[in-house]
Amino acid sequence: MAENVWILGIHMTEFGKHKDKDTLDLGAEAALGALGDADVTMKDIGVLGAGNLIGNSGFGQLLQKQIGQTGIPVYNVANACATGATALRVAIMAIKAGEVDMGMAVGVEKLSGAGLLTGNARAQEGGHWVRDGRYGAVAPLDGRVGTETMPGVFAQIGMEYGHRYGGADFELFARISEKNHAHSTLNPKAAYQKRMSLEQIMNDVMIAYPNTRPMCSANCDGAAAAVVVSETKLRTLSQEQQRRAVKISASVLTSDPWQEACQVLPDINTLTRQAAATAYEQAGIGPEDLDLVELHDCFATAELVHYDNLQLCEPGGAVDFFKSGAPWRDGHLPVNVSGGLQSKGHPVSATGIANIWEIAQHLRGEAGPRQIEGAKVGLAHVIGLGSACGVHVLEKAAA
Amino acid sequence: MDRIPLVDYLVLDDEPHLVAHECATCGARYFDRRSACADCSQQSFRDVAVERTGTLRTFTIVSFAAEGVHVPFVAGVVDCDGTSVRANVVNVPADPEHVTLGMRVRLTTVPVGSDSFGVEAVGYGFEPVD
Repeated sequence: MAENVWILGIHMTEFGKHKDKDTLDLGAEAALGALGDADVTMKDIGVLGAGNLIGNSGFGQLLQKQIGQTGIPVYNVANACATGATALRVAIMAIKAGEVDMGMAVGVEKLSGAGLLTGNARAQEGGHWVRDGRYGAVAPLDGRVGTETMPGVFAQIGMEYGHRYGGADFELFARISEKNHAHSTLNPKAAYQKRMSLEQIMNDVMIAYPNTRPMCSANCDGAAAAVVVSETKLRTLSQEQQRRAVKISASVLTSDPWQEACQVLPDINTLTRQAAATAYEQAGIGPEDLDLVELHDCFATAELVHYDNLQLCEPGGAVDFFKSGAPWRDGHLPVNVSGGLQSKGHPVSATGIANIWEIAQHLRGEAGPRQIEGAKVGLAHVIGLGSACGVHVLEKAAA
Repeated sequence: MDRIPLVDYLVLDDEPHLVAHECATCGARYFDRRSACADCSQQSFRDVAVERTGTLRTFTIVSFAAEGVHVPFVAGVVDCDGTSVRANVVNVPADPEHVTLGMRVRLTTVPVGSDSFGVEAVGYGFEPVD
């Protein structure tokens, strides 16, 4: 039986515009914050998982050159929006394999002003037609054969759920966004902390129906880092370190298994369902035991389908689940009390650790005004299109 | 005038249609050049014609896209008798009053443009069945 693994320290920077800080400044701030929170130093860390998609190759080593070159192995990982969760999985697996007793994961991104993440702008056309790529395309397909834009892809995913089960219209998706923007007003680290009315959300700029601008995740700068430790090592540390440690009851990463249509429109459902099922089995708990969930609401249309994928509701019951008020912070299963990616922001590689930071804050009773009282168990979920899904179930330390 | 299809899997004959690579073992269908089957990993395929009509299983109306992409346009996935096809929905106003989930649609061709040799590239889309 492999060792249990615990979060010893964790930190996220404020998300938003950091004009005067580069990726190394932000990564170092998160890493040093996590080390300080854990009350350990780089000399205690046996392995580093590092994620940064846009900017540096070899980000992990560059980070070490700022905070401590101790010669430990560095794994620079990339898994789209699940990069942070993947980096964390590396550190967890190294501990479970018995190679090290403490590890760190860091994810950072600078995305302020990046605009729409999509296929490329069209090159000048002319000359004569040349077949290119695995479809033999003579011209770019984005806009000619469907859409490659993220808001458009995830819009279709939400609309498909609506087609199958009914009840999901533009207003319902906008109300999901209204919830997350309302939640963000209590999160001082969120990139946007403004409450928005349903009318404001629905009347904002349309990006890809039914997603208007505030229903899309916010590009921003930010970093997050976590220090993880084996249970055996944890028991040798101080009472205070043990009290604040958060148990990782499940840590799962999946990729998208083949399904009809999955190469036509990305299937973000099946791999999330499999990750959730595996995570609940690993943790020995069910969705009914959860006190809060941070899920990957990269678009309002995505949040809806994940209620179902994570088994927060009956199959096909995501619309009813939302309409019951359950996922509001005063509901019976609060979802995205951080404000979610739509308001907290989505610095891609940081997201899969930042959502775990949010859960840990609540389990430690340190979430301040947005504390979910008495929280003992939480779930963090992240999706990288392509696809990769990370699910972590976290539990409060026994008193 | 010479014509060239926008993609390899579009056949421009009297009755334009799409062709899928179907796994000879498990029947999974693909539109791209294949190395092996993603479902069963076997390596032999046969080409099959895809049904020309279908139902719109999902869509979005893209209002904001990369530079050079004409907006708004309707992007969607059409269920053609069990084979899902990514496509634009064309010859219909790009608004949710005229485009609805489950609507019946049929394949049609769409001009892409001509190159400097006068060769016309032709794409495809799906239009409502009246």
